[in-house]
Amino acid sequence: MRLPYPDTIRIIRLPCTGKVDAVHIMEAFEKGADGVYVAGCLEGECHFIRGNLRAKSRVEYVKKLLDEIGVGGERLEMYNIAASDGPRFAEVAREMHEKIKALGPSPIREAIRNKKAA
Amino acid sequence: MIVAERKPMDEIIGFIAGCKKILLAGCNECVTVCYAGGRKEVEILASALKMAFMKEGKELEIDQVTLERQCDQEYLEEIRSTIDQYDAVISLACGVGVQFMAEKYLNIPVYPGLNTLFMGVTEERGVWAERCQGCGQCILGQTAGICPISRCAKRLLNGPCGGSSNGKCEINKELDCAWQLIIDRLKELGRLDDYDSLIPIKDWSSERAGGPRKVIREDLK
Repeated sequence: MRLPYPDTIRIIRLPCTGKVDAVHIMEAFEKGADGVYVAGCLEGECHFIRGNLRAKSRVEYVKKLLDEIGVGGERLEMYNIAASDGPRFAEVAREMHEKIKALGPSPIREAIRNKKAA
Repeated sequence: MIVAERKPMDEIIGFIAGCKKILLAGCNECVTVCYAGGRKEVEILASALKMAFMKEGKELEIDQVTLERQCDQEYLEEIRSTIDQYDAVISLACGVGVQFMAEKYLNIPVYPGLNTLFMGVTEERGVWAERCQGCGQCILGQTAGICPISRCAKRLLNGPCGGSSNGKCEINKELDCAWQLIIDRLKELGRLDDYDSLIPIKDWSSERAGGPRKVIREDLK
């Protein structure tokens, strides 16, 4: 299809979103990611039955934690995209890119930058 | 198991506001099973605390350890050689573990990372419910294996109160009436006659009301 999507997005491949752990998401933010989204299969279509549903509840948990520490839970999202739906994948990538751009850099990225400058 | 949940982040951050280096100590027993203070929760909290400090332009060094049990001396001893380097310890054990850690290491502040809630069961993944209050005189043999001390809001010993309606408790429509459960279970067991025999007035001195409790087994000392 050769569909373009923003080059700000780094893809980390996993066998199933059920493999996504809260620690992985937190680590991404700790390293300065401005936003993270988890792209799982459509609900009800998980090859491992509940992987994407587990990911969904973990994402909700981490969103609350990010709110609690002032990083902002809105920087994290869960999307369900069919594996064959390339156009939707590109659309979600653009959507998330725009959302994070509007939010601006994560306070953690700013802190890392300030530390390097000091 | 002892069920606990993480304290709000603000409270935990408040404990260690002036610290530069802390130890986050998890426990491999009950709080691991209820996803509150095991190795994974230690990792998540460490990351969250680091970010909370970074955001304020401060640095916090965090070492992590998850002890087999924080309620036993030998496991707490494992950190004796390294503990002096920390400004504080946040323990993700239940209140028992936090206290035992604080008793062992008198020169270092030990703070709780969890609120300890109750002794309970895993009803389903992510759902825990109270089952025992440690009253010191178990009456489960007379109540068909269902505890009215921990599961009845009024801790009644001889049948339900007037607040029992359609098998639910008046304090919460979701909460089963313990005495309804007991009667139903006695019926199933063909032991409904047991319901006629009165449970005598309970001696609450063996419960927490009698002050802190202790067990001494001379044969094991």
